[in-house]
Amino acid sequence: MSVLDFFERLQYSPLLVAMRSSSWAFPVIASLHLMGLALLGGAVLIVDLRLLGFGLRNQPLAQIARDAERWLLVSLAVLLPTGILQFMCFAATKYYYLTAFWVKMAVLPLALLFTFAVRRKVAGADETGMNPVWSKLAAVVSLSLWSTVAIAGRWIGLP
Amino acid sequence: MYLIVLTVHVMTLCLFVGTAAIVDLRLLGLTMQKVRVSEVMARLLPWTSAGFLVMLISGALLFYAAPLLRYQNIFFRAKMLALVLAGVNVWVFHNTVYRRVAEWDLDPIPPRSARMTGGLSLVLWAFLITLGRMIPYQVYWFN
Repeated sequence: MSVLDFFERLQYSPLLVAMRSSSWAFPVIASLHLMGLALLGGAVLIVDLRLLGFGLRNQPLAQIARDAERWLLVSLAVLLPTGILQFMCFAATKYYYLTAFWVKMAVLPLALLFTFAVRRKVAGADETGMNPVWSKLAAVVSLSLWSTVAIAGRWIGLP
Repeated sequence: MYLIVLTVHVMTLCLFVGTAAIVDLRLLGLTMQKVRVSEVMARLLPWTSAGFLVMLISGALLFYAAPLLRYQNIFFRAKMLALVLAGVNVWVFHNTVYRRVAEWDLDPIPPRSARMTGGLSLVLWAFLITLGRMIPYQVYWFN
């Protein structure tokens, strides 16, 4: 089965056919996706800003990172299901042909991997013993990756 | 051009609503309980304000691209109403509960009135996002 066949199966599954016949389902799911994006933005930004020396700079980095991670997970719990549903809605007729979609799918795992593997280590490390260049670099990479994901998502556009 | 402005508008959502949501969550006692409320506000609100400014400018440009269509759009009108309500909520908070912040600055869970503001703010911004996203799905047009 090719990728396109698979996407077709998703798009024409009974649940998705029902979803498309509703004029409200798609924008409501898209709105929830945007709320998730806002929360993800907040959770990512407070840590990245702190790494760059802005925001809550008098608080211990590890503490902020721990608090933020909880809300990052909440935002992902909203973003992933709503994102998958939006994709399934028009998987074979639209998403398959969109470069922005494939860019997003390539960068999203990188962003997740970087956030939960690299940046988490940097944020959890002893601040005094660390070269500030590394923490700043981690913040810049994190911001670039997540921005790419968001911009590519926006570029997928309305259905 | 419209798409670029729209992308800026959506991206700034992360900065604006994102940082506002963190402040609201602190007011609800759901995050950073050990950090003083006034410190969270002082350190994050400048970013929220900067985000809001970009939101306002990009939003005004998006409106200006099709002023009549937007004005006739029920979701646009509702969004502007929600925006006013959100503004009133912020104003009331800063002029009442927050005046006495010294009394509850270090409370892990702030007093009821502060929690109300945080909750209301989250609900209103969620409404604003939804109404904004609904604008292209207009079903009823005003004359």
